[in-house]
Amino acid sequence: MSDISQTPSQIATAGKAPSKHAGSLLAQSPHTKKRNAAERRFRAYGMAAIGVGLLMLLILVTTIVGRGTGAFQQTYVTLNVELVEKKLDKSGTRDLAAIKKVTTFGYAPLIRDAVAAKVAELGIETDLKPKALAGILSKDAAATLRAFVLENPDQIGETVEFRFLTSSRVDGYMKGRVSRDSIANDKNISPEQLDIVDAMVGAGTLETVFNLDFITGADASDARPEAAGMGVSMLGSLFMMLVVLALALPIGVAASIYLEEFAPKNWLTDIIEVNISNLAAVPSIVFGILGLAVFINYMHLPMSAPLVGGLVLTLMTLPTIIISTRAALKAVPPSIRDAALGVGASRMQAVFHHVLPLAAPGILTGTIIGLAQALGETAPLLLIGMVGFIASNAPETLADGLLSPNSAMPAQIYEWAKRADPAFYERAWGGIIILLIFLVTMNTIAVILRRRFERRW
Amino acid sequence: MPSFWLVIVLIALALAGFVLGRKRALATAGGDMKQLHSLPAYYGHHVAFSALVPALAVLAIWSLVQPSLIENRVSDMVPASFVEEGHTIDLILTDVRRLADGLDAAVAQGALSEAQAADLDAGTTDIRALLGDLGVALGADVQPEILAAAQSYRGLSDTASTAKAAVVILLALLGFGFAYQRTHKDFRARNVVERGVMALLIVAASLAILTTVGIVFSMLFESLNFFGLHSWRDFFFGGTWAPNFRGDSDLSILPLLWGTLYISLIALLVAVPIGLFAAIYLSEYASAPVRSFAKPLLEILAGIPTIVYGLFALLTVGPMLVTIFGKGDDGVLGVEWMSGATSVLTAGLVMGIMLIPFVSSLSDDIINAVPQAMRDGSLGLGATRSETVRQVVLPAALPGIVGAVLLAASRAIGETMIVVMGAGAIAKFSANPLESMTTITTRIVSQLTGDTDFASPETLVAFALGLTLFVLTLGLNVLALYIVRTYREQYD
Amino acid sequence: MNQITALDKTVQTNKTKISARNVNVHYGDSHAIKDVNVEIEDNTVTAFIGPSGCGKSTFLRCLNRMNDTIDICRVTGDIQIDGENIYDPRVDPVQLRAKVGMVFQKPNPFPKSIYDNVAYGPRIHGLAANKAELDEIVEKSLRRGAIWEEVKDRLDAPGTGLSGGQQQRLCIARAVATEPEVLLMDEPCSALDPIATAQIEELIDELRNSYSVVIVTHSMQQAARVSQKTAFFHLGNLVEFGATGQIFTNPEDPRTESYITGRIG
Repeated sequence: MSDISQTPSQIATAGKAPSKHAGSLLAQSPHTKKRNAAERRFRAYGMAAIGVGLLMLLILVTTIVGRGTGAFQQTYVTLNVELVEKKLDKSGTRDLAAIKKVTTFGYAPLIRDAVAAKVAELGIETDLKPKALAGILSKDAAATLRAFVLENPDQIGETVEFRFLTSSRVDGYMKGRVSRDSIANDKNISPEQLDIVDAMVGAGTLETVFNLDFITGADASDARPEAAGMGVSMLGSLFMMLVVLALALPIGVAASIYLEEFAPKNWLTDIIEVNISNLAAVPSIVFGILGLAVFINYMHLPMSAPLVGGLVLTLMTLPTIIISTRAALKAVPPSIRDAALGVGASRMQAVFHHVLPLAAPGILTGTIIGLAQALGETAPLLLIGMVGFIASNAPETLADGLLSPNSAMPAQIYEWAKRADPAFYERAWGGIIILLIFLVTMNTIAVILRRRFERRW
Repeated sequence: MPSFWLVIVLIALALAGFVLGRKRALATAGGDMKQLHSLPAYYGHHVAFSALVPALAVLAIWSLVQPSLIENRVSDMVPASFVEEGHTIDLILTDVRRLADGLDAAVAQGALSEAQAADLDAGTTDIRALLGDLGVALGADVQPEILAAAQSYRGLSDTASTAKAAVVILLALLGFGFAYQRTHKDFRARNVVERGVMALLIVAASLAILTTVGIVFSMLFESLNFFGLHSWRDFFFGGTWAPNFRGDSDLSILPLLWGTLYISLIALLVAVPIGLFAAIYLSEYASAPVRSFAKPLLEILAGIPTIVYGLFALLTVGPMLVTIFGKGDDGVLGVEWMSGATSVLTAGLVMGIMLIPFVSSLSDDIINAVPQAMRDGSLGLGATRSETVRQVVLPAALPGIVGAVLLAASRAIGETMIVVMGAGAIAKFSANPLESMTTITTRIVSQLTGDTDFASPETLVAFALGLTLFVLTLGLNVLALYIVRTYREQYD
Repeated sequence: MNQITALDKTVQTNKTKISARNVNVHYGDSHAIKDVNVEIEDNTVTAFIGPSGCGKSTFLRCLNRMNDTIDICRVTGDIQIDGENIYDPRVDPVQLRAKVGMVFQKPNPFPKSIYDNVAYGPRIHGLAANKAELDEIVEKSLRRGAIWEEVKDRLDAPGTGLSGGQQQRLCIARAVATEPEVLLMDEPCSALDPIATAQIEELIDELRNSYSVVIVTHSMQQAARVSQKTAFFHLGNLVEFGATGQIFTNPEDPRTESYITGRIG
């Protein structure tokens, strides 16, 4: 305290010096005004940052909804087709093998006639040839007709009412994506065809309605965007998620129990811990490379199989599940363990009988969030071949679902985004809506679980 | 699926083991549970585990090792003259395998009898056409040597699979018998079962290490193959990326690295200021209702899959930038600086949006870790909130924020879908953000999809790229986690 | 020092610095301060004592409006400093806090150099025109904080590297550097060892020459040692306020007596 005693006079004078805060508190000094202005600016930056973030979210959501909802609507035209016997079943025996010999080309004339008949019936004047008239229909129409005939050979010879998909251009015209100006150089559609479309709309023959096939159907080739659906790739995702759930949950929980409850504090445990936190941050594409090298090139599992996709996503999801499971185990207070040990349970019994059930909601929440993450992941799937082909057949058995080539929802979206025809973009956005509905549902369940079972000790 | 049936048999054995083991234990105790050392179920578990676990482990290891052993044997049979210049034996082996699988399929579908399949003669039968009818496409006509190798492959696989099934079932029975025999009322079943369960837990925990080892080795081996075929100097120090599937490619990582870093830089320029200010506002200014409203909404951005951002870049942001910068007189600015929707700016902007919540939630945690006493000290001296944030909170949180930015950078470098869809495919050094450029992840995808030949440097380079990417992101993560951890310890 | 010395202190009357009338504080639904009236004098050390949770710290934080930083806290009543109501809407709390400095329970130096810690207040309030003036303020403040001799050779060292007692004196120097007229101290010694406590107490006695000092303490001995006036708080009420010697030797209220003799607290 020597310094104080050295300078008593200084303290005394300092104490009596006029205060620098001499002005009234009720008036802001110019300096304070400046500082408060800076404060307001800073605060405004913060609000702007939040605003930009929320604005981006809004733009993203409106873009997705605005551009994707079209995929859930599709334009159909209702036609009466006469299933001419001499074209479809020359022998008249209704022998399926014989009927099968007629390819879709054989059905095209029936459709042409049906369109021409409809145009005539509605009294529309046109110079277009029947072939051009049939151009407003999807290339899928003949296949639809053939499939019907093969199902119901007894209907041959009758006239049946059908609802055919229109071509993607007509569909786009109905939804406003295609306009008469934009088709100037489009050889797939002409203004005359659009005149027919307008007339058919007026007559109620052609209408745009809800499209269940987009949700349940299979992908279609490049030329038939109007027929493409998400259904099969949804099954692919489902099988992958089954694999992830069956592997990642037990392994993740077992690993977490060991690390949280039993692991001694040593270098090996440290290595495992560091490893897990680093794996959580490894780029997903690296897991794709691992899958390609180990599961496909080395173990010769089939390309594009949901099993392989599931294995890769399992490895990717494990760190997430382990981290959240450990948090859930940690949240169970030690007193529960002590109580169990106190009545003579072994440590293993204490964990499996008491800690694990109490941590179950937390583990479940973490697992659902991990699954949601895996469901939306695309990059590793590209490397194990889950894009680039048409996922057209829905798997019939479990083994088929796991091992035969399929796509997955995000891979299917990517596939559509790559295709040249803009009609597929609408499908891609629509696919995103479906994917996001799944993710939102899963996350909501996770949040509800967390709220419902949240415990405070 | 013989392995599938094998597993079913094992599970059935285990179930039987549980029932019998439990029964026997109770029998030795004369039906009095209290005489047993452990609860009856433990005796059942003991027998079940003894039957199931070793057998399953052998099955898994056998299935892993078998293919490579058989391929080694078979590859000796293929004459050296078959291996083309610049290719490895792998390509031939793929043919052999496909042929063997095709023959198996033919037998399974009844097109060939087992004996016919074994006696096929490449000279007299058009095997390619035969299998083609069955839906097995072969790349070329089958040569006798390949057929011989394929037959031997089939034979070996067959023998090995039979041996596998025999060994696995025998092992299960042995385990069953041994455990059953040991079951007695004084046997400490619980301790044994718990030790076994503990071993399983340890195996599960070690899987994380196994995954890392798998990642490193799978990429390391193929990278070494690559460097055997291509000069490492060109890879690390060359200036051009020009893969040419007729060979003689320039495969340098540097232009890709430039594109990657440039896009990541733009992403960080977007994400760091917005994310940081959002975090500051949320933790220092926002009232509780605003916070509980805005924070989860922002975090939604982090939960959106990257494919969505990719599509957003390709179909929304890219075209929008083109109307601003690239439409000439029709555009907003009346300039023609941008030729296509894909560009560094497109990918960078969208990736920046994706990273906003990542930066903001990490920074939020870190800012909240700064003790309230610091803020009180500053406010008590008459500082405004912004002065407190800028001069006390941020300097105190700086190491943590640096760590968060590094983690975000690692995310940006490893991000794939946004750059695949938004950045473009041209590898070059350019400072113009409106040009399309390519990145490491984009090239990995393009080199490994479509027709791949795992003997050509153009395909193998993807593994070297992957390894570089892994090392790069791992380095950033380790550094970031270290910084963040040291930072947290400071205030704990 | 012991309790007896408190008796010897001459109690002189100074002019009133702070006067509080009918102050009530609510934290959400709980009523933390009930109708408190008190007059705090200039050049005097006033101690607030009472059992924990009695509201003494809350009341202290009303005096420089630190409670503003807590969302759910509501203050009503009238607190005047030099005759001006500090809860007047025209009053900028930033300016108020420069005039009413505060030292906290736990030493909280900023993670900056010792120099920057002390210079922080003068810098934000624009008290120094140039570097030389700032140097002078820093030195003067460190001297008044009775820590100059210990740190004058390492002003660039981080403030967090000092010992607990040194950190608290640095915080006092930091508070003094903005040239406040009132110094609020919220249990400034509770995190310190006895030797450091003695140094701080000695310092508080010196500071009385220049400022009106208000100190919250849960140690009755400390209140007796350093203060001239003592206020006893209990359950949000100001039970008794008077000269320190009188409170400790001859309390009027039975609750005060119970507390002093250790029956409540």
